[in-house]
Amino acid sequence: MQAKQRYILLFLSCAFLALCYFGGYRLKGIFPDRGRHWPPLDCYMEREEMMEHRSFWSLPPRQRQEEAKVTTLREQCRMETCFDFSKCASGFKVYVHPVEETVAMSSTYRKILNVLTESRYHTTDASQACLFILGLDTLDRDSLSSDYVRGMQSKLNSLPHWNGGQNHIIFNFYSGTWPDYTEDLGMDIGRAILAKASMSVQNYRPSFDISLPLVHKEHLERGGDILPVYAENIPAASKSYLLAFKGKRYVYGIGSETRNSLYHLHNSRDVIMVTTCKHGKSWKELKDERCEEDNAEYDRYDYEVLLHNATFCLVPRGRRLGSFRFIEVLQAGCIPVLLSNNWVIPFSEIIDWKTSAIWADERLLLQVPDIVRSIEAERVTALRQQSQLLWHMYFSSIDRIIFTTLEIVRQRIHQHLWKDGRVWNSFPGGLVTLPDYTDTPSRLPWNQQQSTSMTLANGGQKNENASQFTAVIYSQQQAGSPLVPATSSGPLLHLLRVVSRSQHVARIVVVWASDFSKPPPSRWPSLTRGIPLHIVVPQQKQNIGERFRPLDLIETDAVFSLDEDATLTTDEIDFAFHVWRHFPERIVGFPARTHYWDDTKGQWGYTSKWTNEYSMVLTGAAIYHRYYHTLYTDWLGPLLHKTVDQSHNCEDILINFLVSHVTRQPPIKVSQRKQYKSSNLSAVTSRSPWNDPDHFLQRQTCLNTFVALFGYMPLIRSAVRFDPVLFKDPVSNLRKKYRQMELVNN
Amino acid sequence: MKEKYSQSFTIFAGNTSSFPSRPSVKLNFRNFFLGFAYILLFIFLVLSIFLWVSHPQNKKGPSVLLDRASLEHLTEYVVHSDSVSFPSQKNCTYYTCFDVYKCSHIHSGRIGVYVYPLVEYVDKDKVPITKKITLEFHNMLKTIINSVYFTPDPDEACLFIPTIDLLNQNRIRPKDVGKALASLPYWNEGRNHLIFNILPGSMPEYHPFLEVDIGYAMATSGGFSSLTYRSGFDVSIPVFSPLAADLKGQNTGGDRTWLVISSQPNIHEDFREIISEMAAEHPRFLVLNSCASSPLDTKIRCRDKEVYRFPEILLNGTFCLMVRGVRLGQPTLMESLAAGCIPVIVSDSYVLPYAEVIDWKRAVLQVYQGDLSKIMDVLSCVSSDRINEMRRMGNWIYTRYFSSIERITLTTLRIINDRVFPHAGRSYSDWNDPPPDRRPLTSNTFALPIGPPRSQGFTAVVLTYDRLESLFHVLERISTAPSLAKIVIVWNNQFKDPPSILSWPRLPKPLQIVRTKRNQLSNRFYPFPEIETEAILAMDDDIIMLTTDELEFGFEVWRQFPDRIVGFPSRTHVWDGRSHGWKYESEWTNNVSMVLTGAAFYHRVYNYYYTSAMPGDIKNWVDDHMNCEDIAMNFLVANLTGKAPIKVAPRKKFKCPECVNADLLSVDLSDMTAHMTERSECINRFARIYGRLPLRSVEFRADPVLFKDNLPDAFKKFKDIGSL
Repeated sequence: MQAKQRYILLFLSCAFLALCYFGGYRLKGIFPDRGRHWPPLDCYMEREEMMEHRSFWSLPPRQRQEEAKVTTLREQCRMETCFDFSKCASGFKVYVHPVEETVAMSSTYRKILNVLTESRYHTTDASQACLFILGLDTLDRDSLSSDYVRGMQSKLNSLPHWNGGQNHIIFNFYSGTWPDYTEDLGMDIGRAILAKASMSVQNYRPSFDISLPLVHKEHLERGGDILPVYAENIPAASKSYLLAFKGKRYVYGIGSETRNSLYHLHNSRDVIMVTTCKHGKSWKELKDERCEEDNAEYDRYDYEVLLHNATFCLVPRGRRLGSFRFIEVLQAGCIPVLLSNNWVIPFSEIIDWKTSAIWADERLLLQVPDIVRSIEAERVTALRQQSQLLWHMYFSSIDRIIFTTLEIVRQRIHQHLWKDGRVWNSFPGGLVTLPDYTDTPSRLPWNQQQSTSMTLANGGQKNENASQFTAVIYSQQQAGSPLVPATSSGPLLHLLRVVSRSQHVARIVVVWASDFSKPPPSRWPSLTRGIPLHIVVPQQKQNIGERFRPLDLIETDAVFSLDEDATLTTDEIDFAFHVWRHFPERIVGFPARTHYWDDTKGQWGYTSKWTNEYSMVLTGAAIYHRYYHTLYTDWLGPLLHKTVDQSHNCEDILINFLVSHVTRQPPIKVSQRKQYKSSNLSAVTSRSPWNDPDHFLQRQTCLNTFVALFGYMPLIRSAVRFDPVLFKDPVSNLRKKYRQMELVNN
Repeated sequence: MKEKYSQSFTIFAGNTSSFPSRPSVKLNFRNFFLGFAYILLFIFLVLSIFLWVSHPQNKKGPSVLLDRASLEHLTEYVVHSDSVSFPSQKNCTYYTCFDVYKCSHIHSGRIGVYVYPLVEYVDKDKVPITKKITLEFHNMLKTIINSVYFTPDPDEACLFIPTIDLLNQNRIRPKDVGKALASLPYWNEGRNHLIFNILPGSMPEYHPFLEVDIGYAMATSGGFSSLTYRSGFDVSIPVFSPLAADLKGQNTGGDRTWLVISSQPNIHEDFREIISEMAAEHPRFLVLNSCASSPLDTKIRCRDKEVYRFPEILLNGTFCLMVRGVRLGQPTLMESLAAGCIPVIVSDSYVLPYAEVIDWKRAVLQVYQGDLSKIMDVLSCVSSDRINEMRRMGNWIYTRYFSSIERITLTTLRIINDRVFPHAGRSYSDWNDPPPDRRPLTSNTFALPIGPPRSQGFTAVVLTYDRLESLFHVLERISTAPSLAKIVIVWNNQFKDPPSILSWPRLPKPLQIVRTKRNQLSNRFYPFPEIETEAILAMDDDIIMLTTDELEFGFEVWRQFPDRIVGFPSRTHVWDGRSHGWKYESEWTNNVSMVLTGAAFYHRVYNYYYTSAMPGDIKNWVDDHMNCEDIAMNFLVANLTGKAPIKVAPRKKFKCPECVNADLLSVDLSDMTAHMTERSECINRFARIYGRLPLRSVEFRADPVLFKDNLPDAFKKFKDIGSL
């Protein structure tokens, strides 16, 4: 018995040992690296490659570059190979080829040329030009179209500055024709940059071409006011329709499938997809079995009403990739849902469309309603706001579209410039941001508020520039005026004393535009606290716009612009500066004026009467951001400057137009003790321009000229005046901070 | 193991000898043997089951296969020389070459990524067609397998990752690789496949695209030129530098010795001449090359005889040059970013990494090759603000998207995922704004600088409990305002029903009553769907002094400043040196930093923020203490906008002229000082929660243009403006 048991035990032990041995071997296979150290894996780059050993070079880069420049094919054009940068060394100027009157031109192209020739970019000297624009209408290159210009190639080749298309921008809306609608223009554009609607990814030369939106003939040439998006609920109120489209379909042929299948989405409740087969003359012969039904449904909806009452609007491709829908939908405040595979969406180089449009895929058409429904309400609001913003900044008029195109090209030429996506995608946008002024967006007036609150948050570093202002006093003594310049008792001297008493003044600059010669330094007073005083004589004295020239002397963000006869107290100056610091993007000042529509004359009127509203604050006593000096001088078109120069007047109206146009906000008036010009003086001097009726009429004319040149009336009225918190409150004057403002007499 | 058992056995045996009676010993022995046998049998079974179960794992998941050791003995796969590869398609786009139907799991919003099992591809002579798998590729595969996108099931996948290491074209035999790819089981001419490559091209042309037949597959590369990069289809990735990781944590701001450092070894003479010329003129221009003594040492760089440690030297540079080498992309880009040295990129037509989503203008300077000689002019114009901003941005981009192979891989997958599900994709801000700058989605509510039209009017929201008499008085007063669109009564009393319709005063404006479930102060800031206008006028039920003109003017002011609280009673905060805290001040002061919501206009978006995005436990605290809801609202708005509220018109008393204290607007408390103390505490508490005091103080208020001007009242639009 025992022996047997022992044998069994022995056997079991042996089996166990065997198992341990073989099993262990197996286990080792499962956890192999236990106890074993493997050599590390190689790096993907060998040392020779990391150090780029000499032997690697075979083609010298310069030679490679030269070869590329010579042999480049059209599809391979890039700025570095097809563009001549040397032409742009002297500035970014645009030359427009002379227009041949015998050749027909579409109204849209005429608008483009108008906008360009009146713009600040324009030059009449081809040798100064960086970019060239054709005087020939290339918008419509559909050979079946009535606007098609024949014999384009020979006309191009005979142009004096054509130069194989180098540095040219060619604008085009339609290319190719039935049946395949290719993107071929029917001409050799050589090395020219193509700014074209309906571009496909395959034909778009990145960082060289520009994708344009397709615009109607009726599109505004310039101007275009901002549209408020009404009734934004958070969470967003649902408009009547979720998703809408109304348009024609083509039954067959290229690009027809997408629109032909839209009826699958239509539910006549919140997704409205109505199409018609009616287009052209022979639609009846081509119609399919759905046409009758579709046409009936189509007539039930009004296009405008549909767009304005839909949250999302479909932008499907037509024959070509882009369609008018895109612009129409943006204009109507509807969020575009793009359904055009391979389309290069307009200005995608600078615009972040992800925050303002929805991408759908033609291949997944039936998912579109689900996608749209899945977007939460908050994002709907954000999308709508952003699409409105983009519409306003870059699409609302021809001039904005064209200037955006030019600015994109400029940005490519000067690759190192800083205008980044934040600038382009936020108000007021890339068109009014001049990259030469600063290279950090936080220095711009509209970003100032954020940046100051940011610095406060980051430990409150005080920026000297932000807590001080530079007073710019414009002195314009006329010959024969009884006012004695800069003597011990003149108003200028008085003003200098008042200003210098302010805690916030960093420097005083007198712009000496008087016919008298500049008084010698000894006759200028020395100011308290050693505030520097500079006298600047403008180059063109008679040019009144000189007062807005950006001077290197102005180092602070705030400019306090003053006429020499302004009578202010130090408290008023300090209070105005305090208010301005909270509204750095606006003009803050004392003398207010307003505009009104004069129905009898059918034009704009200008008044200085005491009214309940104002829309301008005159720069005789106003504070604003110094960036507006730069904008005034460098950004405004030559015709605007000409108007001011010729009339020796209206420069203060123009800067109000400028600031309102850029910010879409009214200026701010702060309370003042009394009329800011001393009335007794102007009563004596009958020559003072303020009492001159001609002067007044001239300003009215200016106002109307500016409206015409801006394309709309940018001024905005305000009924709000800012006063100190305890202003004229029945409490002891001693408790008030700005006491002088309530003293009745000097 | 065996030893241990035998030992225990001997101990047991030793002990048994001392047992007094034999039969019991015998019995014990017997029991012992049986027990031992059972134990052995049990262990035997467990072990064999374990081994048997673990067996199939060997074949299944690549997770096991990707173990370091298993790389040493991979299964070999013979690529037949007669198999046909499919040439790369130059014109591919996402819409033409990517089969989106494979990814149509719309609700998951996530692509499925399948990774082929790792095998070793050999030709018919058993010679491998690629060099051994590299560390980087191995890490990429590991990352993908551990990522949320990974799926082991090829039927579920919409993206396929071949496991042939093609990171460096010089390590492979391109023709054979093409054939190997074509032999993959789900290849389908390359559709929906993603080929990872970093270094494309080889001697002498260095074509900027992987010269392998990849059919319709997408490719990543570190050296795309804009001529070969298929926009929206390929993904440009950085040239990973293993050295950059050494700089971890050493990157600090501060002053840097060198303005520009050119650290690339063996730059071509064409460029080197220009660079040396510039360096000769500028003392702060450091030009480094490989060291003559050890030309292949990657960790050092030399200027003549001076030796510098690399990449640490980049920590001393403000700008770092990245000039094209034989390839367009260079590892210096990563090293510079890691070192906080702003890259200056001189590489024409180079497609920067992730150019599709990253706004490189914010982190690097780009200059055309032809302008290399003018580079100093460009650099000298860059302001110190921009340098700091670019460094911060570069740092952030680097840590978020570049700092490891893992991040590079995940970023790549993320980009492809966003292409497939664009509506759920990240926005510009998500990709590019470092967290403190990131704005919430709704932040562009005020992106357009214009308020709603006057015609829309405002909605008065009146919170009430049971003071019917004064409520009716208030209603009658405000309903005369022409711009009032609707009155919404928030009935906060759960014990009493609102009085019947008949007892309410007859008003010219629509009125709606909302009953609440609990008596909470935050109910007044709830985004009720009944509020249809953008402007809300918040009113207490005892503010009876406001005139129509004041309300109309207040609305006018709000329309100009729709992002601020615009109201009548104002308060301010002051720093109390004695208690080292903020103090609430209701005395007549020259400052305004809060506007009480007992009578104030504000945008209804703030109701939404108040209810759903109030930081910390402020909302609960307010509801528990029945106080400070107005201070909480002022904090919220000031924090979001960084702007001060606006006080309208001079009036300071709102209930009755004879009341001494005008502060008790919302809560009927008798003890004045206790009330003030509590409100001071609120400010301090909220400031702690926000981490700072967001309130901003101003010294102005808004009055009508002709207010107190010496004009007859007939000329004035808003004449009935109270003075106290």
